[in-house]
Order: sequence, then C-alpha cells, then structure tokens
Amino acid sequence: MKLSRIIANTGEWLSGSGPHDQIVVSSRVRLARNLRGKPFPGWAKKAERVAVLEEIRGAVGQLPEMEESFSEKLEDLSPLEKQVLVERHLISREHAAKGAGSAVVMNTAQTLSFMINEEDHLRMQAIRAGLQLDEVFAMINQADSELEESLDFAFHNELGYLTACPTNVGTGMRASAMLHLPGLVISEQVNKIINSVNKIGLAVRGLHGEGTEAMGNLFQVSNQTTLGETEEEIIGRLNKVIFQILEHEQNARQILLQQRAETLLDQIGRAYGILCHAHSITSKEALNLISFIKMGVDLGLFPYKSRLQVDELFIETQPAHLQKGLQVTKLGAEERDSLRAALIRAKLKMMPEPEIGKIPTTPTTTTRSEES
Amino acid sequence: MQKVNLCEGCSKEKGVNDPTGFALADLLLGLGAAQEIEKSPAGIRCPVCGFSQTDLKKTGRLGCSACYDAFAEGLTGMLKNMHRGFVHTGKVPVKLAVARRRAHEMARLETSLASAITLEHFEEAASLRDKIRRLEVEDISPDENKAVNRIAAVSESGENVVSHEAGTFPTPKPRKKP
Repeated sequence: MKLSRIIANTGEWLSGSGPHDQIVVSSRVRLARNLRGKPFPGWAKKAERVAVLEEIRGAVGQLPEMEESFSEKLEDLSPLEKQVLVERHLISREHAAKGAGSAVVMNTAQTLSFMINEEDHLRMQAIRAGLQLDEVFAMINQADSELEESLDFAFHNELGYLTACPTNVGTGMRASAMLHLPGLVISEQVNKIINSVNKIGLAVRGLHGEGTEAMGNLFQVSNQTTLGETEEEIIGRLNKVIFQILEHEQNARQILLQQRAETLLDQIGRAYGILCHAHSITSKEALNLISFIKMGVDLGLFPYKSRLQVDELFIETQPAHLQKGLQVTKLGAEERDSLRAALIRAKLKMMPEPEIGKIPTTPTTTTRSEES
Repeated sequence: MQKVNLCEGCSKEKGVNDPTGFALADLLLGLGAAQEIEKSPAGIRCPVCGFSQTDLKKTGRLGCSACYDAFAEGLTGMLKNMHRGFVHTGKVPVKLAVARRRAHEMARLETSLASAITLEHFEEAASLRDKIRRLEVEDISPDENKAVNRIAAVSESGENVVSHEAGTFPTPKPRKKP
C-alpha cells in the first residue's frame, strides 16, 4: 500500500471519537522492545541493523492486525513524507532522522505503528481518540504478545524488558494522553497543574513530546518511570491524574463563563476574526488561534458538526501537511505562511459565524464549580 | 527527565564538545548519572558488544542487552534514583512466564519431596514424585529430565540415592513451541 493513500485520510485518532474527546484529544501507549544479544541500534553496525530490520519487519507483517498495512524503509521516504508521519504522531522526530536500517510499519486505520530501529530495535504504539488508555494498551499488548512468539525479546529477570536507555527499562512502556486545556491556560492555572503533575513522577510536555513547546494549548501527560510498577498500575495512576486535570479544565471553563464571559468571547471572536482574514500566519499563531475556535465549538458557539473540520485544522496547518498535496519542491517559510492562511480562510468559510448570543453563561453540566 | 536535541552552537554552549568532563549521561539521565556510572570499574567493557564505561558516560545509552549485567554496579544506583522501584513487576513474556512458574512449582515439590523422604513418609513421597512427573511430561526439557531420573531413582530403590544419570527413562520429547 502506498503512503499517499494512507495519508489521504486523517487517522482514526483525529477523526474518530472517544470518551471525553472534547478535552482529551488522543490516548497513546508505546512499548519498547529489543532482540536478545543484538547490539542496540545506536551501537550496531549498519549490517546488523539491516538484519534486525528484516527479522522484525517480517514478524510484524505476519500480525493479523497488520494484514492491510503500509511498510517502508526510512531511506525510501522523502523528508516531507517523514515529516507528515511525525505531525500525525505515527513516528517520532528521532525516527524521522534515521536512514538506512530503519523502517516504519503501520495499519491503514493509523491506530498501530511500529518503528523499527529507532532508539530501540522496536517501538510500537497504539493511538486512539479520546481518553482510552486501557483500550490502546490492550491493542498494543496483544500485538506484543503475538510478536514474542516469533521474536526473542531481551528480558531480564529483575529488570524486565531491556532498553537502550535506562529510563525505559522494565515495562518499556510510555503511556500518554494529549489534552486540550485552553481554560487552564487563560485562567493562568496551567503551570500550577504542570508542577503538581511533575511532582508525582508524571511528565507534562508540549505537542510533539519531549523537549517541545506547548502550542495550541495542547499538552501531553505521560509516565516518567517504567520500572517497579505493572503496566496496569502505571496506566491507573495516569488515568486518575488525567481525570483530575479534566475536571480542573471543566471548572476553569465554567468559572470563565460565569465571571469573565466577555474575556472569553473576546478571545474566541478575535481568533475567528484573524483566522478568517489573515493572509500570512505562522504555524504557532495558527495553532494558538485554532485552539480558541475549538473551545468555541465545545461551548456551542459553532455547530457541533464543525468539530472535525476544526480538529483537522490542527494537523492540516502543520508545515509538512500543508505541502503534501503539492508537487513542488519544498516551500519557504513565507510561502507556507500564506498557504496556511489561505487554507484556514477556505475552511472557515464553510463554517457559520459564531453565535455569540448562544453562549451558555450558566452551568449546563454538573461540575464542582459550586465548591470552589 | 528531559531529552535534548542540541544544535552545534548550543552543544558548544552547554559544553558537550568540551572534553573536560562534561558527560551527556548527566544531561540525558539526570545530574549525577555520570558519577553513578563511574561505580562500574573504569576500562570495563561489555563482553558481548564491546561497549565501554566511557561510551556509557558519553552517550547515556547502553550498547546491548548484556550491558545491563556488564555495568550492573554503575546502573543499580542510577535506576533506583530514576524509577519507582528496582524490580520489574509487570508483563513477562509468556515463554518465560510459563518456564518461571514451572521452575517455581518444581522447586516447591522437590523441597517437599526431600522432607518427606527425610521423615520416611514414603506414601507422600510417592505422590509428590507423581506430581513432579506430571509437571515434567507437560513440557519436558533435557536438563530437567535429569531431575526426574533422580527422583525416580529415589522412589524405586526406596533409598536416598541422589545421583543417577539418564538412561532408564525414555528420551525427552523436543520442547513444544508454545
């Protein structure tokens, strides 16, 4: 199957729905595995990497859930194609930098993806819309169990699954959820939340994971530690924290509606105005403004059916996605900015104007706002 | 923990290229990691992949799965600081899980058998011997077959014969693929 066919459709995690998907954009679990006795990719010679690649790629291809899949060596993907996969969270930025000896395999629904010879021999992930960490763990856990029948994974009696970096040893699992938290950002509570989450051994990061900036009010919450707890315990701990953040975000939005409705309406209105009329816009500005439109959809200012269009804008305005349809050489930043603005204008034209009068300034759902 | 991708300029600024003691391990694994690593004797190399203690300090990564044993001294303290425990309690590959469960059960039965024999409870010993045999038949492997022979020797002669090499019992079936 060709990559162009895969990327013509947005993945399930973006277009699908799941529990609490207004605030929890997606849930993802990745497992790191290595083959016993083979040097890790960072230390292996090219021939060794190629041999590992062939072995793992063959095994992954045999999985029943990968019957319809896309499989390609990194060296055969263009920089633009790699970047599209990064923007969709199907491969990591680190993997995109790899060449000979590395590969990616994913299913057509884009819910499962396997990175071969990233930092570890195999990093496999499941990703879905909304808050469903248990479900995505079950998906990837099953793939792992099937793979271990044919692949001899490096496993230590005391340390568990062995990984190239000691920060991943044990379960080799990183579970994360992408949260959209404009309410907490506007009410300036988000740093407080990030600090308290960090204190309990969980990490909060920006849009593209480690070391990236938070844009579009999107934050990734994930486990830091992988040794000493079972997979279920880690996910349970993460779920608990995510539910709390979810509640804080709902409360923050409710309080903003009750006490600072004008500020909120102003933010959404200005975002709409700029996005409808801008002729040049950077990726960062676009994401931050689209975030307000998304919140406007949540608050009922835009029809609910516009949700997918708005969510797609988060991805479609990213640099590589902007250019994927074009048969031209790489665009410069300025050209991208005007292309991005045009795309957003066209998309927003299909949406009705926000109905400011419709904003619910009284609590519509039972939240804990009464208590605070 | 923060993973950092540094450009040339920044890496110079942060001293990555400065050979006077800056270790990437500190940056990638947390301050103090390089110090922990030094608890592994300097000059030590992984016997499987040839990775050295210096490589570990420089990259903050290991060379292969055997490195975890080769650099165990330096890793133990680091893992304790890094994680919530230092023993894996999560998933175990099924192949290993079955083997581990069987080994555990076998050890338990053998201990009971030994004490039954000491106490001259031969009826109980015979029943334990049958249980051990059944466990063996489920999935037999050459090493463990010796144990069966040993036990059989004990029960048949009624004496506490400890070593009795293979030969009296049918050769084991090859290990089934799970």
